[in-house]
Amino acid sequence: MMTPRSAAELSSRQHPFRKSFLVHALFTTDHRLIGLQYLALAMVAVIIGMVLSLLMRLHLTWPDRVIPLHGPILPEDYLALVTMHGTLMLFFVMTTAPQAGFGNLILPSQIGSRRMAFPMLNALSFWSTALALVVLLASTLVAGGSPISGWTAYPPLSAVAAAGPGQGAGMDLWIASIALFAIAATMSSINTLVTVVRLRCKGMTWSRLPLTVWGWFTAALLSILAFSVLLAAIVLLMCDRHAGTSFFVPTGDLVNGSLHAAGHRGNGSPLLWLHLFWFFGHPEVYIAILPGMGLTSMLLANFARRRVFGYRLMIATTLAIGLLGIMVWGHHMFVAGLNPFAGTAFSISTIAIAIPSAAKVLSWLATTWRSRPSYTTAYLFSLGFASLFLTGGLSGPILAQPILDQYLHNTFFVVAHFHLIMAMAGVFGLFAATYYWFPLVTNRLMSETLGRWHFWLTLLAAYGCFLPMHLTGLMGEPRHYAQLAELPGSAANRLLAPTLPLNMHITISAVILVASQVLFFANLAVSWRRGLIASANPWQATTLEWSPALRAHSHPTSDGDLAPVEAFRRPCHYWSHHNGWHFLPQWDSADTTEPKSE
Amino acid sequence: MTVCSHFALCVDPYRWHLPADASAHGPALDRHLLLNLWIALGLAILAHIVLIAGTVVRKRGPEPPNRHTGRIEYLPLIAFSLVFLWLAVRAERLWAGTRYTGASPEAMQVEVTGMQFVWTFRYPGGDATFGRTSPELVDAAAGNPLGIDPADPHGADDVVTSELVLPAGREVDLRLRAQDVIHGFAIPELRVKQNAVPGQTIHIHLTPTVPGTYAILCTQLCGLGHYRMNSNLRVLAPTDFAAWRNAREQVVSR
Ligand code: HEM
Ligand SMILES: [Cu+2]
Ligand SMILES: [Cu+2]
Repeated sequence: MMTPRSAAELSSRQHPFRKSFLVHALFTTDHRLIGLQYLALAMVAVIIGMVLSLLMRLHLTWPDRVIPLHGPILPEDYLALVTMHGTLMLFFVMTTAPQAGFGNLILPSQIGSRRMAFPMLNALSFWSTALALVVLLASTLVAGGSPISGWTAYPPLSAVAAAGPGQGAGMDLWIASIALFAIAATMSSINTLVTVVRLRCKGMTWSRLPLTVWGWFTAALLSILAFSVLLAAIVLLMCDRHAGTSFFVPTGDLVNGSLHAAGHRGNGSPLLWLHLFWFFGHPEVYIAILPGMGLTSMLLANFARRRVFGYRLMIATTLAIGLLGIMVWGHHMFVAGLNPFAGTAFSISTIAIAIPSAAKVLSWLATTWRSRPSYTTAYLFSLGFASLFLTGGLSGPILAQPILDQYLHNTFFVVAHFHLIMAMAGVFGLFAATYYWFPLVTNRLMSETLGRWHFWLTLLAAYGCFLPMHLTGLMGEPRHYAQLAELPGSAANRLLAPTLPLNMHITISAVILVASQVLFFANLAVSWRRGLIASANPWQATTLEWSPALRAHSHPTSDGDLAPVEAFRRPCHYWSHHNGWHFLPQWDSADTTEPKSE
Repeated sequence: MTVCSHFALCVDPYRWHLPADASAHGPALDRHLLLNLWIALGLAILAHIVLIAGTVVRKRGPEPPNRHTGRIEYLPLIAFSLVFLWLAVRAERLWAGTRYTGASPEAMQVEVTGMQFVWTFRYPGGDATFGRTSPELVDAAAGNPLGIDPADPHGADDVVTSELVLPAGREVDLRLRAQDVIHGFAIPELRVKQNAVPGQTIHIHLTPTVPGTYAILCTQLCGLGHYRMNSNLRVLAPTDFAAWRNAREQVVSR
């Protein structure tokens, strides 16, 4: 006999896009749906951000080409492209997708919970983030267009509307967008922290938490600190623009013929913004990468059928990176007017952070060493993460030496550093996560053939694009230049001319890099409906999101009941035996003793 | 300047394509930078060999036991830390040498002012003292882009130029200022970079060594004309410089 409720469910399955379904999906407080919403938002942002970056590269290489329906790219257009690209990628992709997207989708079940601590707050964070994105994109429509002061928005350029096109209404919208984003990120990280602290299932002790959860947890700790400071800074900046204050603008500042004095009290300092911004900005880059680092540790072990080498040490290094991450902001300011003694202090704390980072790389090397892994696409992307992270990481300690930064600061060498370590490694983490968790959402596998093509093309194009930037940076190429030839200074033209052939190569690689992503989107679209049906635990994973009890919950129409969940051991409990290997998932109650020493 | 330097591949690859340098502190900086680059490249290759070899060997090895954490984690970490400690100490000595102390009293004084989107240079003239400036008096059209106060006698002999001209072999003390927004004062071929910040006067000092013409760039995003905010540094032999300066000072005093 059919109860009225299940009849309704049946019909809603037959007509999945009925209005009530849409309304339900949009205003859901279900953490998995919210996770998917965040991922969809990040996907929109990444596609726009990618197109913008392509326009920048094409313009640098072929400055005279005219964009259809737009006309030539003017210098201010170029800077608006940089600003929007950076803001979209850093905030709306690299902060949103790993932490809020996959965090919501996966984190609760990895700790054995069926919900996040504050479902309403969760929905509110998502909608604030979505609104923030709309506000940001709206800046292209207002008079003057999008702001041109980069994702770091240094004042007085960002504080005075007269400083350039886009610095009026466009900048106001940017500020509003970032303020909304900061509020949303703070709410979302409170949710994450409380969820991890309060909702772990029975047996899920802190030392049994998967390293992904440690990554999300540490990133949430950093988010609260970093985004609250950013929010404060943003409010002060808004006051300087509209409330007659002078936090960041000194008396007598003369921008474009207008004197900053009348109507503004006080004598401010642009350096104050740099301190506040980078107190946020450096932790922000770790917020973007910590979940990926945790995932890499877990997936390498999963596919190598090994325990994570030095599990406790990996927890400790995650926390150490988080702690050191809030003490190094001055390394962005060595030549910005910082006291030179402070430069030395920040240099030392920065080099110190390379040590826990190196410890992670060593653990990955030890975990994969002679493991004869199964080469799934998710595994390949995790290997790629390790490769990009270490390649990009090795230039970090170079930039951390103030005397060298005095040559390298704001050159393409820095652009190469952070694109490898943050942008590319971060995106590889997202790809690994997508290929790996896709079956959890759809019950289907993504195509491995397409996946492999996608991996190799992306890896080669990423290195082809970002490795040569180290060289053009060493040759002297500065960031944020709308053109590299036909400059007014004769010596500047001579200095930058040798970078042009390499820049052409970089642009071509960037085109290939962007084009390769079509394979990914095609794979998503095709596998969503036609992918191979996945088994219950297709990767022989050991973490709770694959446990039958919680998987049943992820498909509420099936008959799984709310069975109790318990964790019995650490994740990645694999061992070899008679030429084969075995595994015990966290949810399996089989009696084994935990490995004692670490 | 050889024709060859116009082509990327002709630049000496053992110097990682660094442009030739023309300052007294440059060679030591270059040596340290190159040392760093080779070490980073070596470590990157080493780690990739381990990563790739470790996953492609056909035979599965035993799992590295956790009691080997010392050998696998701490030993390489200690080695890594020592290498970077050594590099950091070398770097801090160089940094201290150029930044911890000011210029010597005999150094030549030049003021550098950044404004959207030009660099303006000022020499103090015969009295060796810069005249007072004030933002209210700035009037580029009337030939006073820095706002030099006519009421201050020290200003009368100040020489204002749009290119920086320096004698080879003499230390110069640059006072960096910015009129409107933050600018980045950079001379890549002299291995120097320092932001000019509104409201602050920041001193850096250096000694150009090789006569020639070098690029002065702006390296801090400062607005739509950021890319074109460049000018030339001309380093002259001391006698040529004296002649240039005399000519300039005469123009001003007339
Ligand atoms: C091995 C540890 C690391 C060290 C020693 C290090 C060092 C540095 C230094 C000194 C700078 C400033 C360079 C300059 O502006 O002149 C910098 C810039 C940057 N780093 Fe790192 N870094 C490390 C890891 C990371 C990680 C893990 C990320 C991100 C996941 C990252 C992302 C960035 C970004 C985005 C910038 C540029 C910010 C901008 O100017 O827009 N770095 N890094
Ligand atoms: Cu940083
Ligand atoms: Cu400038």
